[in-house]
Amino acid sequence: MNDQIITVGIDIGSITAKAAVLNGGSIIGSRVQFTGYNAKKAGRDVLDALLADLGIEADRITAIVSTGYGRNNIDFADKAVTEITCHGAGAHFVNPEIRFVIDVGGQDSKVIRLDENGKVTDFAMNDKCAAGTGRFLEVMARALEVDLDEFGSLYARSDHPARISSICTVFAESEVISLISKGESRENIVAGIQESVASRISAMARRVGVAPPVMMTGGVAKNIGAVEALRKKLETDIEVSEYAQVNGAIGAAILARRLVM
Amino acid sequence: MADAPEKARDPEKEKRKIKSVSKMKEIMTNYYIEAKTARDSGKKVAWITSGGPVEPLIAMDVIPVYPENHGAMIGASKMGVDLCEKAEEMGYSRDLCSYARADIASAATNGGPIGGLPEPDFLVCCNNICGTVLKWYEVAARYYNVPLFILDTPFVHREFSDAARDYVIRQIYEYIDFLEVQCGKKADFDRMQEVGKLSVESMRLWQAVLDVAAHKPAPMSAFDAFFHLALIVTLRGKPVVVDYYQGLLDEMNERIRDGIAMVPNEKYRLLWDNLPIWYKTKWLSEKFASHDACLVADTYTSAWSGVLPLIDENNFLETMSVAYTKIYINISIDLMIDKLREMIRKYDADGLVMHSNRSCKPYSLGQYDLQKMVMKELKIPTLIIEADMVDERQFSESQIDTRIDAFMETLKS
Ligand code: SF4
Repeated sequence: MNDQIITVGIDIGSITAKAAVLNGGSIIGSRVQFTGYNAKKAGRDVLDALLADLGIEADRITAIVSTGYGRNNIDFADKAVTEITCHGAGAHFVNPEIRFVIDVGGQDSKVIRLDENGKVTDFAMNDKCAAGTGRFLEVMARALEVDLDEFGSLYARSDHPARISSICTVFAESEVISLISKGESRENIVAGIQESVASRISAMARRVGVAPPVMMTGGVAKNIGAVEALRKKLETDIEVSEYAQVNGAIGAAILARRLVM
Repeated sequence: MADAPEKARDPEKEKRKIKSVSKMKEIMTNYYIEAKTARDSGKKVAWITSGGPVEPLIAMDVIPVYPENHGAMIGASKMGVDLCEKAEEMGYSRDLCSYARADIASAATNGGPIGGLPEPDFLVCCNNICGTVLKWYEVAARYYNVPLFILDTPFVHREFSDAARDYVIRQIYEYIDFLEVQCGKKADFDRMQEVGKLSVESMRLWQAVLDVAAHKPAPMSAFDAFFHLALIVTLRGKPVVVDYYQGLLDEMNERIRDGIAMVPNEKYRLLWDNLPIWYKTKWLSEKFASHDACLVADTYTSAWSGVLPLIDENNFLETMSVAYTKIYINISIDLMIDKLREMIRKYDADGLVMHSNRSCKPYSLGQYDLQKMVMKELKIPTLIIEADMVDERQFSESQIDTRIDAFMETLKS
C-alpha cells in the first residue's frame, strides 16, 4: 500500500480536536489539542501543527474527511462523515477482527456494532446525560481531589467498591461527598465511581447486543480502572486501542483514502 | 418608485406543494370558530380524547373539541415550552405528557395559538390511548366543574374475550344514556347509523390517501399525513371530511400520474413510529430529504383507520366500540410487530425511524423490543430519536442531526 497518497482525518469533539495523517495506508502521525470556542479554527490549528511536526506540506494532502460534532464547520474538508462511521472504520483498520466498539469521550459515549467488513450494522449513543461519559469521571476526580491519571490505577487497589446508586452526575457527586464524610476509603469510592460509569455503558452496549471481540476507544479508554470495571460488567475481554483518542480521526483519514481510491 | 417585484418562487418547489392544503386550513379555521362561538349558537361543547368514540356526539349535535389536537397546534406553533413551563409553575411534573401540560396551562391562562379552547359543557374520556388522560380529564372536570364520562377499554394483549367485548359494548350504551341527560333529548339511532356510515367512509378515504405513498416515488410523505390528520381526528362523521379526503385522494392520484414526488430524488423509503415532533416537522423533513430519504408512512396517522376491518357499518355502535379498543396504542407489542411488519412490506420501507417520545409513555414503551424484532426478522436498520412532541426542551438538534446522518450512512453503505 505504499502509494504515497496522503490523506487526513480531523475529528472535532466537544472538548478536544484530533487530527491523523495516513501515508500510503499507514498511520504516520496524530495529534490532540483543545477545541476551544471556534471549531473551524481548532481544525485548522491541529492540522497545521501536525503537518509541521511531520514536515509535510499542506499541498501534498489528497483528501480530508472531517468528523465529530464540529464536522460541518470544517469547510476545507472534502466530506463530513459522522463519528459513528469513522469510529467503526478506525477500529476496523487497527484490528479487522473487531466487531464491537465502545467509544467513551468527554461529553458522550457510543457503542457500534460492525460486520466483517467494518460496516456499521447498529449503534447507540448517549448524548443526553453526563453520567457514563468522561465528564462524570472528571467531576468526581475533582470532588475527590485525585488526579485523573491516578484515578485509573486506584481501581486495582480497592477491596470493596462503594455503591454509587444515583444515575445523575450531580446527585452522584453529593453521594460521593457523603461517602467521603463517612470515612470510606478513596480507593473504594473511586472504584464505585468507575463501576457506575461501567454499568451505564454496559446497559447501552447490551441494548445493541455485545459481539466480541470488543475494542474500547475515546479518552476514557486510557483510564484502566474504567476499562477493568467494564470488562467485569460485560464479562468479556476488551482491547484498548493504542490510538484510543484519535481513533475517530484515523477512521476519517481511512474514509478520505476511499474517496480517492 | 415602483413596488419591488415579488420574490421569484422556485417552480420546482411550487410544483411539489399540495394544493388541497389551503382548503384544509379553511375547514379547520371554521371548525374552531364554530366551537368558540358555540355558546352564542346554543350548541353544547364536549371535550373528548383523540381515540374516543366521537360519532355519538356528532349525532347528538354536540361540538367535539380535542385538547390533544390543540396540543399539536401548540407544538407546531412553537408555543409548547412556554406553556409547559407555566404548567410546571402550577405544580405539574415535567414528566407529565406535554399535551396535558400545555393544555392545562392554556386553560388557566387563555394562552396558545387560539387563545385557549372553548369551555366544555361536559367531558368524554376514553383510556384506549393512555392512562394520562384519566387524570388530565379529572383535573379538567374539577376546573370547569362539569360532568365527566369515562369509557374504560381493556388493554388487548393477544386475545379479546367475550367478557371484554360485552364490557365495552355495555359502556357504549351508558355513554349514550349520559349524552341524553347532558343534551336533554333522546338519542336518534337512525341518525347515529348515518353518522357511523360517514365516519367509516372517511376512514376508508383516509386510508386510501395514506396508501398512495406505497407508490414509488411517494407523492406525499408522513409529514403531509401529520398535517392532514386533523380532520379524521376532529371531524370524522361529518360530510365535509368525506369531501375533503376525496379531493385530496384525487390530487394524489393526479400527482402519481404526473410523476410528482414529495422528495425530489427519492432513493430511501422510511417508516416513522410514534407521534410527530410537531415543532420540528419542517427541519426533519428537509433533513431526511437532503439524504434523498422520504418518510413514506407512519404508525401514528394510520391509527384512525387501521381498525377499519373491524367495523361493520350495519352494526356501527357495537362494532365501533370493539374497534376503538383495538387501536394501535392499546395493543401488546406482539400485535404491534404484526402491524409494523405489514406496513414495512406494504410501503417497501428500507428503514424504521422511531421517535422515543418522552411524553407518550404507552407509545414509547416497548420500542427497544420492537426495534430488535424488526432488525432480526425484517433485517432493516432502525434509528431511535429521543425527543418530545411538544416540549422543545427535550430536543437537541445537533445530536439528532448526528444520529440521522449516521443512520443514513449505515443505510447507504
Ligand atoms: S400520553 Fe400519549 S396518548 Fe396520552 S395524551 Fe399524551 S400523547 Fe396522547
